[in-house]
Amino acid sequence: MSAATRRLAAMLATVLALTIGLSPLAAVAVDDPSEMLPDPHQEARAQAIGSQLRCLVCQNESIEDSSAGLARDLRHVVRAHVAKGESDRQIMDWMVGRYGNFIRLSPPLTIGTVLLWLMPVLALLVGGLVAFLSFRRARGTGPAPLSDDERARLTDLT
Amino acid sequence: MSDNAPRPDLARRRLLMAAPLVVAGGAGVAFWRMLSGMQQGSFDPHDIQAPALNRPVPDFTLPDQLPGQGFGAADLRALKVPVLVNFFASWCIPCIAEMPQLNALKAQLPIWGIAYKDKPADALGFVRRAGNPYARIASDLSGMTAIDWGVSGVPESFLIGPGGVIRWHSAAALDEATAHQTLLPLAASLRT
Repeated sequence: MSAATRRLAAMLATVLALTIGLSPLAAVAVDDPSEMLPDPHQEARAQAIGSQLRCLVCQNESIEDSSAGLARDLRHVVRAHVAKGESDRQIMDWMVGRYGNFIRLSPPLTIGTVLLWLMPVLALLVGGLVAFLSFRRARGTGPAPLSDDERARLTDLT
Repeated sequence: MSDNAPRPDLARRRLLMAAPLVVAGGAGVAFWRMLSGMQQGSFDPHDIQAPALNRPVPDFTLPDQLPGQGFGAADLRALKVPVLVNFFASWCIPCIAEMPQLNALKAQLPIWGIAYKDKPADALGFVRRAGNPYARIASDLSGMTAIDWGVSGVPESFLIGPGGVIRWHSAAALDEATAHQTLLPLAASLRT
């Protein structure tokens, strides 16, 4: 193996190690690693909060997933609040106070969303009722007993 | 069950048959209303319901943006007349389209501008080219004041009533119909 080949192999190994080592970072949408909080526990909390917040520019992405300018600013705000030691609830309330419930990717249970939240339970109940009724009917009504005429025809036939 | 037995459950069965039809009909009417609302513009699922409405303006102080004099929350709270606060940026194309409307409006309603995440030199050039509709202009370079207002993008306008209370909000470029049918009548009602 020549020196050049060996150097190339070493370089490839380094690149591979770096890629594998940095792969958790690749899952994070932050455009710039300097955005991240130094404390990994706090950073994980900030990411969990951010993944619950809607990017108001792209609307169906969370601020953690979006590269829009506003999403970057909101990520920065979330991290600043986390670093200050605020609870998840306090940070969520801060966001909702400015952008309304629309910023929450999972809507809270309110009068307007009660049907949305209860729909799985309702569907299960209705389906269960339909199944119960049809099973009961299937069991309850067997074929009607043969009349005398029919019995006579049957003996004729056989 | 014999053939000639009475059917007491017939009525109940008809009711059960009708129930899915009623539910489907109700859902159909609801969807139709939603879709026609989207077409007419009275319903927009992307609309961000501004919680800022009928609240006092958030605390802020911002530096001047040339060619105007800056302002802060204290200036808005000291207002005796309604003012339109307009967030804009030189890099925003709908803002360019909105400028003639703002220039047409400025004689009837004072407009104060906030340059959103814009380099002061770029914002100055933009305002000069557009014919400056703004009585006062402040610079929100970091965009943090805009977040406190619940701004999701530029242009965005807020009608501020006397005492600095947000009375109306639009997350889109102002058009003539909105200005004359909604904004100006509301501003006139706040003036008394």
